[in-house]
Amino acid sequence: MAKELKIITDDLNFYYGEKQALFNISIELPAKEVTALIGPSGCGKSTFLRVLNRMNDIIDGTRSTGVVTIDGEDITGKDIDLVALRKRVGMVFQKSNPFPKSIFENIAYGPKIHGMTDKEELSALVEKSLTQAALWDEVKDRLGDKALNLSGGQQQRLCIARALAVEPEILLMDEPASALDPKATTRIENLIGELKGEYTIIIVTHNMQQAARVSDNTAFFYEGRLIEFGLTKGIFTKPANKRTEDYVTGRFG
Amino acid sequence: MEIHLHREIDKLKSKILSLGDMVEENLLNSIKAVENNDIELAKGVMELDNKIDNMELEVEEDCLKILALHQPVAIDLRLIVAILKINSDLERIGDLAGNIAELVTMKQIGDSSDPLFDFTAMAKLSRGMVKDSLESLVNMNSEIAFKVCKDDDRVDKMYYEMRDKINEEISKTPQKSAYLISHLTVYRMLERVADHATNIAEDVIYMIEGDIVRHRM
Repeated sequence: MAKELKIITDDLNFYYGEKQALFNISIELPAKEVTALIGPSGCGKSTFLRVLNRMNDIIDGTRSTGVVTIDGEDITGKDIDLVALRKRVGMVFQKSNPFPKSIFENIAYGPKIHGMTDKEELSALVEKSLTQAALWDEVKDRLGDKALNLSGGQQQRLCIARALAVEPEILLMDEPASALDPKATTRIENLIGELKGEYTIIIVTHNMQQAARVSDNTAFFYEGRLIEFGLTKGIFTKPANKRTEDYVTGRFG
Repeated sequence: MEIHLHREIDKLKSKILSLGDMVEENLLNSIKAVENNDIELAKGVMELDNKIDNMELEVEEDCLKILALHQPVAIDLRLIVAILKINSDLERIGDLAGNIAELVTMKQIGDSSDPLFDFTAMAKLSRGMVKDSLESLVNMNSEIAFKVCKDDDRVDKMYYEMRDKINEEISKTPQKSAYLISHLTVYRMLERVADHATNIAEDVIYMIEGDIVRHRM
């Protein structure tokens, strides 16, 4: 059975000013699965991730050619509503970045911006999002506390809950667990396992074992090019490309 | 560069190869012991088998250590998995050599030059398969490994022919049945040796090509 595709790029090139960061990337990412992007630093994986919600637009002098579609709709055009796009394509960063507000406000902020005003509706959404992010039980009695007082792992889950609160279809994660201890990392990884099936998740990670554990598909980037893309179990047992093999076995990079 | 992992893998490779050498030598000696009805040599085979058993444990522990500490992937993972399996096949071949030798020490073999049997031909083929399977491992050569898999059919055929012959002989001369059954047992063991060599070859193919060919050929 053919997989439902969520994101398709065709001959995507990306430039920071004169410097080309991505070369001819053509990839088809399945819906409601986890895709890991791996590769050595500077290989373009984070750039690629940020293309998917036009996050690179905030950097001056960037431009892209080629096509990027989500559900068949090109998102590279100048007239794209970026606020609407980023509602559909949520993002979680390496370093957790809660707003200096209460736990409740952190989650309710996005939905409010998108026009939700009903208090009960907001409360229900806050609970739902925190539950999805496996944080509810830890914070339900202190939703008014400052988010910045939470532990690092809790802050990261709060940021995931915040991303989920605007009900995105796609979740981009840029090294979401690299600053966390093993236990907090496990919680994030478990969470990713629970969220897939409902969301299309793209995760950038330097932790090869993490990519192997959490993802269904893996894309290996090297020097701005997509070297290999396939099922994770294939990439980690029998990669087709020698450079992929050398990278995943730690022979370079 | 995962220097630690690759250093461990190099050590493991040389250990499995010396285990292979020991097993090969023991198999050869068990065959010689049968051919010459050499009880002393047979005793030596049984002694060396203890050393082989210990080495098997060592290799297994090393593999488990590497898996736990380094979580290898791709070719490294396939190599460790293959070595784990090759390790137990080598140990089984060692046991079979020990069992053959035991029959000699129990004086159950007697004269193996009985024109009824073609012991040497089958022994040569089985032993050659062990040698070739190890060579395919050393040289990471899947062509040799495929050849080993093919040879297994020849050994099977020889075994079945010999079994029929011995069956017939037992009904003709039932007073010789104990002796005939001992010989059949040796053939059976050599046939099992060839099976284990085939397993090794299949694991080498998996390691090199990443495809599991077992039960396909």
